[in-house]
Amino acid sequence: MSVSTEKSTVRPFTFEFSDAELEDLRARIRATRWPERETVQDQSQGPQLATMQEVARYWASDYDWRKIEATLKALPHFITEIDGLDIHFIHVRSKHEDALPLIVTHGWPGSVIEQLKIVEPLTDPTAHGGDASDAFHVVIPSMPGYGFSGKPTTKGWGSDHIAGAQIELMKRLGYTRYVAQGGDWGALIVDLMAVQAPPELVGIHTNMPGVVPPDVYQSLAQGNPLPEGLSFSNEEQETIEQLKFLFSHVYYAYIMATRPQSLMALTDSPVGLAAFLMDHDAASLAMISRSFAGEPEGLTRDDFLDNTTLTWLTTTAVSSGRLYGENTFPFFDVKGVTIPVAVSVFPDEIYTAPRSWTEQAYPNLIHYNKVDKGGHFAAWEQPQIFVDELRTGFRSLR
Amino acid sequence: MSVLTEKSMVRPFTFEFSDAELEDLRARIRATRWPERETVQDLSQGPPLATMQEVARYWASDYDWRKTEATLKALPHFITEIDGLDIHFIHVRSKHEDALPLIVTHGWPYSIIGLLKIIGPLTDPTAHGADASDAFDLVFPSLPGYGFSGKPTTTGWGPERIATAQIELMKRLGYTRYVAQGGDWGAIITEHMALLAPPELVGMHSNMPAVVPPDIYQALASGNRLPEGPALSDEESHAVEQLRNVFDHVYYAYIMASRPQALMALSDSPVGLAAFQMDLEERSLEMISRAFAGGSEGLTRDDVLDNVTLYWLTNTAISSARLYAENRSPFFAVKGISIPVAVSVFPDEIYTAPRSWTEQGFPNLIHYNKVDKGGHYAPWEQPKIFVEEMRKGFRSLR
Repeated sequence: MSVSTEKSTVRPFTFEFSDAELEDLRARIRATRWPERETVQDQSQGPQLATMQEVARYWASDYDWRKIEATLKALPHFITEIDGLDIHFIHVRSKHEDALPLIVTHGWPGSVIEQLKIVEPLTDPTAHGGDASDAFHVVIPSMPGYGFSGKPTTKGWGSDHIAGAQIELMKRLGYTRYVAQGGDWGALIVDLMAVQAPPELVGIHTNMPGVVPPDVYQSLAQGNPLPEGLSFSNEEQETIEQLKFLFSHVYYAYIMATRPQSLMALTDSPVGLAAFLMDHDAASLAMISRSFAGEPEGLTRDDFLDNTTLTWLTTTAVSSGRLYGENTFPFFDVKGVTIPVAVSVFPDEIYTAPRSWTEQAYPNLIHYNKVDKGGHFAAWEQPQIFVDELRTGFRSLR
Repeated sequence: MSVLTEKSMVRPFTFEFSDAELEDLRARIRATRWPERETVQDLSQGPPLATMQEVARYWASDYDWRKTEATLKALPHFITEIDGLDIHFIHVRSKHEDALPLIVTHGWPYSIIGLLKIIGPLTDPTAHGADASDAFDLVFPSLPGYGFSGKPTTTGWGPERIATAQIELMKRLGYTRYVAQGGDWGAIITEHMALLAPPELVGMHSNMPAVVPPDIYQALASGNRLPEGPALSDEESHAVEQLRNVFDHVYYAYIMASRPQALMALSDSPVGLAAFQMDLEERSLEMISRAFAGGSEGLTRDDVLDNVTLYWLTNTAISSARLYAENRSPFFAVKGISIPVAVSVFPDEIYTAPRSWTEQGFPNLIHYNKVDKGGHYAPWEQPKIFVEEMRKGFRSLR
């Protein structure tokens, strides 16, 4: 990769990956040294050997990185140093003058690639079934250590620091009134932007809201019985079961948080990287596995490999994992956001936020909707539904 | 690897690794694709980049697998199918007729390689500063999924089943009166053998004894406050602090237990495998890092690479990890053993068992000693001290 930039404020950014880098990747995929197959007949031990062998076959022979690269390159990329670190972002302005500026933050194991499908419908609504009054200017940053942003060389780039940097980014772009959106890490970061509450941030939308009551969260995170004296609705009870499952399955997060260096195999093994990234949660693993078995719904094979290839080419497997070590905020508990919040609940998300908890957590809740389909990677899996949710969710703030 | 065996009861076992396999390994090491360096100045994120680069340099250029292979091949190897799985073991009989038969079980992330240094002194004590009455006949099995043993293809091979298989192994070898020893998984398996208490097993030794009172163990494992009760002694408080640290740092164990397939990068990246296996806990990571920085206390560079190379050549990174998923019993909690138990406490072990808890945990404690140096890999790091402990610990059972 060669990065063409100058040290100045907001600079245009371009990138190049050579044919040699791509050929090296394919050679490594073809040379993968496999373990034996799993000892179960399902995905309960993680990505199945046969799935990964199909991933490898497709990735090394049929997959074409240059396709998504062309899509990426057609977009306006910029970079600017904030707090000593280069922050990369895509910035697409709508032709509609009254467009609402929107910063969308991705998560792990994602990148700006998660957001590409929503750029056009959001910036050019009249060409995509919406009104001119639905238009957004869109800013899509790469998080520190992810994609084309710089990799922190010292500690300190936690989610609140990133939130502060993104507020600064929107200032530099001259936006005096904007909204913010996120899922996964992006959700935590937009929650924290909202907690910092700069006057120009008039509202947020999240598809992974932090709404779990703190005492419930604490008990679940430690595997303890729930506090006495609480009763739960059916909806809350279902969420509790989802969170219990989650906390006994996110050891990838804990190991990245504590010992990122011990995972350096991920920068050396493309198929190993793919297996690790694919295993974010059971529903996503099932979805991606189905795509490689010929039943695409949500993410396609190319979607998954676009993101994995970007992670590979930018060698960000370990640098992205470090965010888990930097974070000091519980993921899903209430953060104390008082500005307007819109929430969309996707059914296959790692937990579905009940309306009751969402109303308690966000006293200024302006939108709450349970949609029909989609999961953790909402913008990427179900861009149409997602775009509709942003249009509806933010309408009252225009 | 080609395994030359016949399907019969206890069969001699030989192994071969080709030059091509070794050259492929070296080529992969040389082609390692590195992450950026860690964002700290110490080992707190796991093995530092500079350490791993020195590991790679030495491994690809100076290290000679054929040396340890020759040592291994000079020993009598056998294999026998138990419960549908090939169990490999080294079996060295002492020339002394009254030698006490001893089965020693290794753990993760090591192998029979960690036990080689104690063979001479234990089987041939008169050549190693001791009496004929100190002699042992030795049996060193490879755990299922480890080294030269078979890899389970279905679930079910947990520590109890391995313990049962090892009791059967000693029966097949005709031993009617023997003792057992272990550290790490080997300690847990040896304890399960003691719980099964076949009449021919007259005692055991552990260098990682499970003696934590169950209520304290439960509190520590879930990150809770300790239960109310009598004040802890200084020694017990120290062990509690060590265990807290262990539970905050063993996410490698949890991810191997829950999602072993997500770690398939380890079977594709030799340096990644080395980094993952060096990071068992802080003391041994420090020791190994010192070895690659020119230090010489405990494990040597060759020791470490002998073992990692065996894992690589047998492709057992994932199959060995599955044992964590098969385990059902708490690692360090009291199991209820009533046969004679000898315990040696090495100062750099992941937790140092207090005498008080050890006496409660093992009502028939025949030996308890805190030695001066050594850590988690006791027989490998400090073979002399370890051998001395075996001799003393088991003397009363002869």
